[in-house]
Amino acid sequence: MAETVKDISRKNRKIYAPVVDIFETANNILIVADMPGVDEKSVDITLEKNLLTIHGMIDSTTHDNLELAFSEYGIGDYQRAFSLSDEIDRSNIKATVKDGVLKLILPKSERIKTRKIEVIKES
Amino acid sequence: MLIRELQRLGNLLEPWREFDSINREAFRTLSPGRVEFPPVNLWKNENKAVITTEIPGVDPEGVEINVVGNTITLRFERKPEELKEGESYTRKERWYGEFSRTIELPFNVQGDKVEAKFSRGILYIEMPRAEAEKPRKITVQAE
Repeated sequence: MAETVKDISRKNRKIYAPVVDIFETANNILIVADMPGVDEKSVDITLEKNLLTIHGMIDSTTHDNLELAFSEYGIGDYQRAFSLSDEIDRSNIKATVKDGVLKLILPKSERIKTRKIEVIKES
Repeated sequence: MLIRELQRLGNLLEPWREFDSINREAFRTLSPGRVEFPPVNLWKNENKAVITTEIPGVDPEGVEINVVGNTITLRFERKPEELKEGESYTRKERWYGEFSRTIELPFNVQGDKVEAKFSRGILYIEMPRAEAEKPRKITVQAE
């Protein structure tokens, strides 16, 4: 894979795997990822064949005229990838981000959706 | 048949295990209980102290900040997604619950002048140093 200028400049940055919850509803699979520092402009989601990749970029915040007294957490970009089965409707994946939480909605393809079968009273 | 189908659905998403560029040991947020939670970073200079902490998805209205002398206490809650009947978690790595943490600051601060911002899941608290404690420059006068 060819490296872009952006890739090279980010080479030495730390990359963290964001923690995620994945749950399933009748029609969708939802992925919820904690990505503090990320907003809608700084997150990329790509789907290449079966591979869904989440990539979040962080501004390295420097605090003017302040020195770091102690640090309990590290700061870096985020990346995590998931392989999708054929049962996801790839053309309708949606993503939102709010307060540093990314939510991905992956609709199940029509043929595997849970169907409710109505029971009709026998006459 | 139905059961098999459901189990298969549970495997729709498997993290791609061969993904080696991820710094695996460094999961972004440590789970509560393992270290003091939430982890914070503290910056300072002679006039102020700044604390940042990552609490994505927390409702900022419910965040309680108390400053007394040289300590600050944070209290907040993050509620889990309420699942409806028939919905289930395939993976649950994110933290939930009520948390409280007290942090000792390098000096006394002015409690009434503390400013807190919440942006993109990061809580930023700026605390000016108590006037009486600020280092003073003493000019030496010529005799």
